[in-house]
Amino acid sequence: MKDQKHIFSILVDNEPGVLSRIAGLFSGRGYNIDSLSVAQTVESNASRITMETRGDDHIIEQIIKQLHKLINVITVIDLTDKHHIKRELALIKVHAKPEHRAEILRIVDIFRCRVVDVGHEHYTIELSGDEEKLRAIMNLLKPMGIIEMARTGAIALARETATKNSN
Amino acid sequence: MKLTGAQILIKMIKSQGVDTIFGYPGGAVIDIYDELANHPDLRHILVRHEQGAVHSADAYARAKGDVGVSLVTSGPGATNTVTGIASAYLDSVPIVVFTGQVNSALIGNDAFQEVDIVGITRPCTKHNYLVKHVEDLARTIKEAFFIARSGRPGPVLVDLPKDVMTATIEFEEPGEVHIKSYRPTYTPNRKQLTKVVELIKQAKRPLIFAGGGVVLSKSSDEITKLAKRADIPVTASLMGLGTFPASDPLWLGMPGMHGTYRANMSIDSCDLMIAAGVRFDDRVTGRIEKFAPNARIVQIDIDPTSIHKNVSVDCPIVGDCKKSLALLNELLDKEDSAEVLGDKSQWLSQISEWKSTMPLRYDQGGEIIKPQFVIETLHELTQGKAIITTEVGQNQMWTAQYYGFDKPNHFITSGGLGVMGFGLPAAIGAKAACPDKLVIDVAGDGSIQMNIQELSTALEANLPVKIVILNNRYLGMVRQWQDLFYDKRYSSTPMECAPDFVKLAEAYGATGMRASKPSEVKETLEKGLAAEGTVIMEFVVEREELVYPMVPAGGGLTEMLLV
Repeated sequence: MKDQKHIFSILVDNEPGVLSRIAGLFSGRGYNIDSLSVAQTVESNASRITMETRGDDHIIEQIIKQLHKLINVITVIDLTDKHHIKRELALIKVHAKPEHRAEILRIVDIFRCRVVDVGHEHYTIELSGDEEKLRAIMNLLKPMGIIEMARTGAIALARETATKNSN
Repeated sequence: MKLTGAQILIKMIKSQGVDTIFGYPGGAVIDIYDELANHPDLRHILVRHEQGAVHSADAYARAKGDVGVSLVTSGPGATNTVTGIASAYLDSVPIVVFTGQVNSALIGNDAFQEVDIVGITRPCTKHNYLVKHVEDLARTIKEAFFIARSGRPGPVLVDLPKDVMTATIEFEEPGEVHIKSYRPTYTPNRKQLTKVVELIKQAKRPLIFAGGGVVLSKSSDEITKLAKRADIPVTASLMGLGTFPASDPLWLGMPGMHGTYRANMSIDSCDLMIAAGVRFDDRVTGRIEKFAPNARIVQIDIDPTSIHKNVSVDCPIVGDCKKSLALLNELLDKEDSAEVLGDKSQWLSQISEWKSTMPLRYDQGGEIIKPQFVIETLHELTQGKAIITTEVGQNQMWTAQYYGFDKPNHFITSGGLGVMGFGLPAAIGAKAACPDKLVIDVAGDGSIQMNIQELSTALEANLPVKIVILNNRYLGMVRQWQDLFYDKRYSSTPMECAPDFVKLAEAYGATGMRASKPSEVKETLEKGLAAEGTVIMEFVVEREELVYPMVPAGGGLTEMLLV
């Protein structure tokens, strides 16, 4: 069986230690976490964790069951085979020498992102999109010199119409 | 009614039907102990080491079929419970462990006797809590007991900061426990069970494999009925011993690494395996690809993670073993009796042939005591009615092989974690749960020394237990592996220096006896079992006796070493 990338949307109690329970489950059982993003949902007592992980069918089945077994986990949805919207936010600080400024702004325009901080020597760009888009812009900006960057990891939600149709 | 945290704690523990707790005081729990002194109806058994408190609570839970409770202080008191908690977790035993904690204002400051016990025990508890506000205390305790005893049972830890215990609030009875994210599936899928009926009717070589889940769900009657109804032979894991009477002709013995020849051969040959409350541990399956290669496997378990974890299953049933087996029996009752019974004569005669050609065997000739002989004699003298606890290693395997358990809740051993030092505190816990029963710890000379201090607990609490030490002056099971697989290089397994166990017993105020010849075995056991109070019976046994059969680690079940 081949490893496949999966994306889970996990609704959990918004309590101290819950993230540690999930992280501990993954490290203790040797599962991978590719990316992880956590924040409170509409209700203050629940948080949504979006997690990307990898494994063969057997491991993915165990991951889902083991997550369900944690008392603080409310729901686990595997979005991988469902229509879903997936986004990631990145902040990229790039060297902006006078001769590169126009080029950088063109790239920003083409990728529909924004410059959110400007200095004498740099631009900070805010960008959201899927992983491919992030990779593409990083490749284009690399020659100018990326000073540092921060990424959120993916967040995702199922598409409402598609889930209704598929049910 | 205004109550302190400590008063709420005791009130809530009592409201759960608990009348015995095992514990050890300390600074962080001194307020709880102060309150405890007002409650003579809640028996506190003072252990000599916190590890013992948890093993005792574990065995208490298993002997009684209810929840066991222990109470310890913060820091080292809490860390000393970890082995006991991990053992209860792997054996799915319902216990609630209360740990003291420093004042909540000090948490995180590396205060004296502070440790993050909730963090430490996260991977080895079913769930755990740090109670930060006295308002949450009553509800948390109720939830802790609910989680410990429901679904697949397990240990729950509740960490109690000192200021939460001293705070006073207006007590309100907490409502029914409702945890939206925790709803174990008890009722099995009927359709799946109708499939099992068909599988049973078709099967020519069926087999029942019962595990600890059958003990926990109290479904030994249902398993027995199923076996008799359809004439299906039964094997049971270490944790499941006693769920089916060992005296019954359909009994195969335990399977796995030290399983009987016929049990392992039956697993290899069966065409249908009905597994109930088992998790297919590696000590049972041997090499997984060679496990039950010809069988369609039905697995009943309340924990979905147990299904498809190690072994692929053809017919999974998520549900309580008792409900599932009762429904299966009900469905079978509606079927034609002859069809359900089928013709199993060939299968059963094959099994009896395996049994007669390769029974469990040892040779009690000569002048040196064989450990198996001690266990067999113990069975004979107690008529299989005693509660037996064990330590871990050869003593545990010989007990599993030779005692012949007829009833559930009578064999209490650390199965999953394999804790040396489990047996003595476990015996004390079992005796507290069943004061009218004879309780015997079968020990080795190595493991008995790991929690020997609990002898004082037994004496002080007037919980007389009998301890059988099979003394071979070796760490026998490790030595066995060295003998068979490591060119007989006995690295650190000889234990030449041990206490004089007879004098040791006397030093604690117990009775000590020793037998060195086969002719003394029966007499020593008779005297020791009949004597008042706690007794150590030491048997100087054959030093190099090995546990057979043995499936080498990583081997298939049929690749047994037999002699």
